[in-house]
Amino acid sequence: MNPITDDIILHAEKVQKVYPGTVALKDVDFNIYRGKVNALVGENGAGKSTLMKILAGVEQVTSGKLILNGKEIAPKSPREAEALGIGIIYQELNLFPNLNVSENIFVAHEMTVGGSLVNHREQERQTAELMKRLEQPIKSRTLVSNLRIGQQQIVEIAKSLARNTQILIMDEPTSALSNTEVEVLFRVIRELKTQGVSIVYISHKLEELLQIGDYITVLRDGQLIATAPMPEINLRWIVENMVGRGSATAYTPAAHEIRDDALRVENLTLPHPGKAQGYLLDHVSFSLRAGEILGIYGLMGAGRTELFETLMGLYPDATGDVLLYGESLKGKSIRERIQSGMMLIPEDRQREGLVQTLSVAHNMLLASLRNHLFSRVVLSGRKEKNSVERHIEELSIKVSNRNNPIGSLSGGNQQKVVVAKALLTSPKVLLMDEPTRGIDVGAKEEIFTIMVQLAQRGLGVLFVSTELKEVLAMADRILVMSKGRITAEIPRAEATEEALVAASAIGHELVKAGV
Amino acid sequence: MEMENIQSTAATPAKTAESNRAPIQAILLQLRAFIALLILFGFFAIYSDSFMQTNNLIILTKQVAINAILGIGMTYVILTGGIDLSVGSIVGLCGIVAGGLINEGLVLSVFDVVIYFNIWIVMGLTIICGMLIGMFNGILVTRFSVAPFIATLGTLYIARGLALLRNSGATFPNLVGDSELGNTGFPKLGAGELLGLPYSIWIMAALAIIGTFIAMKTPFGRQIYAIGGNQRAARLSGVRVKQVTLMAYVISGFCAAIVGLIITSQLVSAHPATGESFELNAIAAVVLGGTSLSGGRGTIGGTIIGAFVIGVLSNGMIIEGVSSFWQTVIKGVVIILAVMIDQFQQRLQKRNV
Repeated sequence: MNPITDDIILHAEKVQKVYPGTVALKDVDFNIYRGKVNALVGENGAGKSTLMKILAGVEQVTSGKLILNGKEIAPKSPREAEALGIGIIYQELNLFPNLNVSENIFVAHEMTVGGSLVNHREQERQTAELMKRLEQPIKSRTLVSNLRIGQQQIVEIAKSLARNTQILIMDEPTSALSNTEVEVLFRVIRELKTQGVSIVYISHKLEELLQIGDYITVLRDGQLIATAPMPEINLRWIVENMVGRGSATAYTPAAHEIRDDALRVENLTLPHPGKAQGYLLDHVSFSLRAGEILGIYGLMGAGRTELFETLMGLYPDATGDVLLYGESLKGKSIRERIQSGMMLIPEDRQREGLVQTLSVAHNMLLASLRNHLFSRVVLSGRKEKNSVERHIEELSIKVSNRNNPIGSLSGGNQQKVVVAKALLTSPKVLLMDEPTRGIDVGAKEEIFTIMVQLAQRGLGVLFVSTELKEVLAMADRILVMSKGRITAEIPRAEATEEALVAASAIGHELVKAGV
Repeated sequence: MEMENIQSTAATPAKTAESNRAPIQAILLQLRAFIALLILFGFFAIYSDSFMQTNNLIILTKQVAINAILGIGMTYVILTGGIDLSVGSIVGLCGIVAGGLINEGLVLSVFDVVIYFNIWIVMGLTIICGMLIGMFNGILVTRFSVAPFIATLGTLYIARGLALLRNSGATFPNLVGDSELGNTGFPKLGAGELLGLPYSIWIMAALAIIGTFIAMKTPFGRQIYAIGGNQRAARLSGVRVKQVTLMAYVISGFCAAIVGLIITSQLVSAHPATGESFELNAIAAVVLGGTSLSGGRGTIGGTIIGAFVIGVLSNGMIIEGVSSFWQTVIKGVVIILAVMIDQFQQRLQKRNV
């Protein structure tokens, strides 16, 4: 590989992580260079978070070694990793909004007087010192709930520094930040580098990596694909390594006829909740035709999920109009929208798609109980059984008994239950939010096949994905979203990875700060 | 496709090996309340001469009926993930309302008239009163997002206070009505019998059957379970979470009103303090019956068994002359044990999945 002069602080050697049924990491070598920003990229499921969790002591390796400063380590808990100087900042910040800044920084590591009383004065003094080091005007006694997200992130960083972190892992640190906040963060990161802190930086925003990263490592399907110093590579290199060459044609959707407009969205706008300015959805307009598979690509926080939830009627304060076959859905409740023919397959299967306490059959029927009545208020066991068994067969859901708890199914089969639930409402337009998230390759293909079959039946299918390959393979047309706006509309024939990546970064351009 | 097949065949042997072992354990755990009931029943049947006498068993079941009926309504509320602390007070208030309507009638001072209703209308009005209080709870919980514990705790005080206010804390005695006013017959509800069993037992049985039917075979029941299991998923499936949750509290109020009528009729007098701490017994019955306080899991059948466990335990201990102080302690121990076993079962279930 490249002649490397920089000092390696941590070296992961042939790291392997096996979960029951899947290999999450296969013989991955990974170097963290001292005082550098080590970028880690890969699509969802590539193994980034597993690697990160291993470094942070949340998970342990199945085989392989971690060598920190020449000594082998095996942190068994986040606390042990912390003691070794490895800290992590998750995408969802782990702060206590009800405590103030210094209390958060020293939580579970309180400084004490005589071993039992918290030494607030000393904590606050050290907090002030840390903030000075980070050059941030954040006061020790401010409640964290009163800070902006960007400032909260700074508090997380300070928390890590207070514990003498040598290696700081940051997972998607900019996903919720405004451009100015990103700039501040980058300044802090550069500051940390000069102080010898090594950063592991995980992000989907590739342009950002080019700016802040010193080294880059690409993972795909649990394997190390490439690693290089940042100056030697470009955006194209990253995308190609992430996605893999030529693999974009792995699924070829069967022909389906595209018909008339099914859904028209006009100037859909959703303001930020609370006092924040700006929009979660910024005058979004598009149309979806019957029999069409329309893909939406965008990074975390681009407004994809908000778009779907607004279409379903979750946000009554959204403005603009949604027309389903000419019928306005303005002011309609979720239930009414489902009856009109719109149905959502939510992103988070566990939290939004399924009721864990119910059986497979009862989950499947939940949205269409009124179609399974025996009389006005009594359910028909026979109708229920017929519907459930038909869909178990049609979607080839692997379940021995429809009354089994939903949790006994694999992720892919659970997802198919969610799909079946949606189909039972006889939708005209189906909104699928990351329909293949967290399911294995075989099940993914089955979901794709189902999507095409639905399009063939004349449904309009609108789906969101963060995986370039998936969007490119499945969609007849692609909308790219960024910062709540639609930044590009690309027909299938013209869609390329670069075009999607470029459009998804619109609005994220950084003011060129002095490097 | 092929990969999926390989995976599932690989997974099958392990699964079946485990599920062969699991059922006996799982079934025993699932039926734990029923088994506990059988053991208690057997124990007292052997050790006490008077326990198995028909007379005693009827008295026991009559006591159980009160708690079980409250428990049926409570089950709905707890299935949604809520709780209803106000049922005891609703029992008291409804009793007073019924007593007042019988003895004093409805006084319309504006028109200077007093209306005495037929006993059926009295009961109907009382039930509506209970349902309205339940609706008040439901509105607080769903429209104003007051935590169920707090909303119904507030109602507990309000309803009790109103019951005391109605007759300045005094009892409405001798609720036999007056044939001239056409409102006689109220005591029959508490004293009457059908096929040798008091009405209250029949009412419990009827409500248990109807309650189970509603829970199992109607969209409303299905939605109650869904809301308790995952409110967000239910909402996204088009369940009208607020309306359905509100109905659960109305049902609980309905059940409390029925109990209020039964007790008032049994005593032939309405006392404003009736029903104090009944809510706790009802919750205990629900929990003993295997319903999870976090919602989504449980059955009305379980609650009935739970009510019987409490009933048999207290009745048996009274007959055996166990000090009432110890009775209270033992009841507490049983409730804690029940929940501990419940947690154990859930963990076991998760492991098997």
